[in-house]
Amino acid sequence: MELNGKIPPGPLAEKWDKHRFNLKLINPANKRKHEIIVVGTGLAGAAAAASLAELGYGVHSFCFQDSPRRAHSIAAQGGINAAKNYQNDGDSVERLFYDTIKGGDFRAREANVYRLAQISTSIIDQCVAQGVPFAREYGGSLANRSFGGSQVSRTFYARGQTGQQLLLGAYQALSRQIGIGKVKMYPRTEMLDLVLVDGHAKGIVVRDLVTGKISSYAADAVVLATGGYSNAYYLSTNAVGCNVTAIHRAYKKGAYFANPCYTQIHPTCIPVSGDYQSKLTLMSESLRNDGRIWVPLKKGDKRAPADIPESERDYYLERKYPSYGNLAPRDIASRAAKEVCDEGRGVGELGLGVYLDFADAIKRVGAKVIDERYDNLFAMYERITGEDPFRSPMRIYPALHYTMGGLWVDYNLMSNIPGLYVIGEANFSDHGANRLGASALMQGLADGYFILPYTIGDYLAVSGKVKVKADHAEFKKSEEDVSRRTQLFLSIKGKRTADSFHKELGLLLWENCGMARTDEGLKRALAKIPVIRDEFWKNLNVPGEGQEMNKSLERAGRVADFLEFAELLCLDALERKESCGGHFRQEFQTSEGEAKRDDANFCHVAAWEFKGVGKEPVRHQEPLVFENVHLGERNYK
Amino acid sequence: MNLKLRVWRQKDASKAGKIEEYEAKNINPHMSFLEMLDVVNEGLAQNGVEPIAFDSDCREGICGMCSLVINGIPHGPDRGTATCQLHMRKFKDGDTITIEPWRAKAFPVVKDLVTDRSAFDRIIQAGGFVSVNTGCAPEANAIPIGKHLADPAMDAAACIGCGACVAACKNASAMLFVAAKVSHLALLPQGQVEKAARVQKMVAAMDREQFGNCTNQFECEAACPKEISVSFISKMNQEYLKAFKGDIL
Repeated sequence: MELNGKIPPGPLAEKWDKHRFNLKLINPANKRKHEIIVVGTGLAGAAAAASLAELGYGVHSFCFQDSPRRAHSIAAQGGINAAKNYQNDGDSVERLFYDTIKGGDFRAREANVYRLAQISTSIIDQCVAQGVPFAREYGGSLANRSFGGSQVSRTFYARGQTGQQLLLGAYQALSRQIGIGKVKMYPRTEMLDLVLVDGHAKGIVVRDLVTGKISSYAADAVVLATGGYSNAYYLSTNAVGCNVTAIHRAYKKGAYFANPCYTQIHPTCIPVSGDYQSKLTLMSESLRNDGRIWVPLKKGDKRAPADIPESERDYYLERKYPSYGNLAPRDIASRAAKEVCDEGRGVGELGLGVYLDFADAIKRVGAKVIDERYDNLFAMYERITGEDPFRSPMRIYPALHYTMGGLWVDYNLMSNIPGLYVIGEANFSDHGANRLGASALMQGLADGYFILPYTIGDYLAVSGKVKVKADHAEFKKSEEDVSRRTQLFLSIKGKRTADSFHKELGLLLWENCGMARTDEGLKRALAKIPVIRDEFWKNLNVPGEGQEMNKSLERAGRVADFLEFAELLCLDALERKESCGGHFRQEFQTSEGEAKRDDANFCHVAAWEFKGVGKEPVRHQEPLVFENVHLGERNYK
Repeated sequence: MNLKLRVWRQKDASKAGKIEEYEAKNINPHMSFLEMLDVVNEGLAQNGVEPIAFDSDCREGICGMCSLVINGIPHGPDRGTATCQLHMRKFKDGDTITIEPWRAKAFPVVKDLVTDRSAFDRIIQAGGFVSVNTGCAPEANAIPIGKHLADPAMDAAACIGCGACVAACKNASAMLFVAAKVSHLALLPQGQVEKAARVQKMVAAMDREQFGNCTNQFECEAACPKEISVSFISKMNQEYLKAFKGDIL
């Protein structure tokens, strides 16, 4: 089946404006009669919940953390892009649009990306008005820095804590609505199922993580803003609680899952130090503004970095990509790091690392300026590794960081299930096969503040009149399913914890569906995943009970979903017989080792339809039509 | 290294808790403190003992979810560091480590080391924001803000809402937390319109939640993983006095 993205007709620059005019409106008095469920309180979820409540809707907001302020958007460090052209360096909506489409290796919708670039400027205005303390110049105007995949400075930042400050802005807007009773907040509450009534999304089933109580909530529409699935790989830069459960449950209820194989591996993370490791820590890409990346020229050179003279160092990004240098896009920088390490030139105990060196920048502007610019990042590095990056270069290595794939949505951000909207990282989004740095915050806030609040009205105006209550038979059925599954986890009484299965799955995915993928490796993973899953259901050990706070039980539920979802991830990677962005298939590369797309056969979105656990899902296609940009080979040389 | 742990175990808010002892064996000094607890928990689960419940999420010191009192100090011995960023190299082989939850009337224990910090959310809901609806913002550069204001506002805004300040205070006062938000917004031009009402409402909410008062011991600053300065408490007190002079509430 060919999917329809409902892209509005007309010239690119006018699509969003015209579309907004054509969307149906609900008058202010009637908005009060509609209830909306928003799951997740990151940038997209908190922004949406606050904006919808401001419009007058009744909002129910859910998060699994103890407070909406903890969502993982908070950990974004570097910044947020916007086409303000404050630096007078030739930026424009057109250029941000083009950089994003090209950065995504021409695998995103033109119309969505153009809209994102248009909205980007309003986001900065909104955040400044909320009191987000962005970095400033001495004259009081907003400061910018550069990020990968772009030759202009359009990234706004708040030290190394941009995500935190933007999220607190959204959290405060949300808190204001909670305070006046327009939003009902449910913290420590995890969504475990989506409920459909007559084919429309009408609510969710949740577990109260303090009491263990399973209950239902009904509404006129459901919005999922539950983030990405990097934690399928166990080790990633995501928070330990990040999971695929909400979108996987929706997938099992019929929502299509688009491009799961588009995963982003971030080039600058602190390398793994041992098998006890619970997560990896990112060092912001913004560090590549001042840091130079290098490895020794010779294999197995174990000298201290300071003892290696300039002539025996290989600044490989500057060498291979002279015009972008250390600011090459993430997928390219990650693969280049893997290549030099595979050649035996990696640094650190395990040989899985490259240097990110600030010596030149410190010489140029002084340690004080560098300290001000990156502040907490240098301290964080020292805390984790015990090494001072002012004295010796950082060691970095790529790690799973972000997932471009997600639930399929149309131009209105509605999935193929009527009434189910998906925003932020949870949808398959605007980033194509690779997201540029500082664009996740932009997309999350664009979806939450400026897109969903308009488009959801179009659905509610027509379909929001059918009211369903949480005592409907479909809710009861879902509650029973969830309760049965919870009991099952507790009753297996095997020998292995959910974490041990998760680690096993993560390693399998990293090795076979990571930075470089092959037909053979993916088939190996696809054969092995069901074996791990079978053992999970036979040999799982979940201590404690269901009617209480039980962190082992929470983990078990999330790992069970990763174990199903991982198959879809590998299958999508296997079926996409081309390389593009973060999806690199060894078989498909140029003579210079760059990703080689196959536009004739794969210039489309792949959206998967669930057919049962262990059964082959159906692959649907949405063709990508490019009317405004030429599909070139990505060239950062 | 091998360690002895003394850990607070409590079934739920209604039951009494007590300290239990556990061994932590073969701990790698590069582990984070929470990874050490993960390893201990894995061992407990294998021996049929319920793992120790504790909160954590980002594990990079920014979400504010982790919250342990380690040897009597919230977030442990390393200054300016949240528990999740504390590494075992700060301890010695053979050490005994006592781990307890935040202790404050306003933060009841949920289970073991997990506490309920929703009181902080209610303080923010009372007024910790600028009332600006989505869509009605002026052009961003229309509000120039000098570095002399932007920098201290950012220093205050860096608060992660973990509650260590409360846990460290003998009065269980939330003054540093409230002062950080009051100061962040009072320093910026965007926060001026509501600044008097904001400080009054937030302080009233703080009192309602039964946090104690400040007696200038500055334990809060010493425990704060973001090293937020107590000078913001003076700033808040100033704003509070000015607010009543203006008689706005």
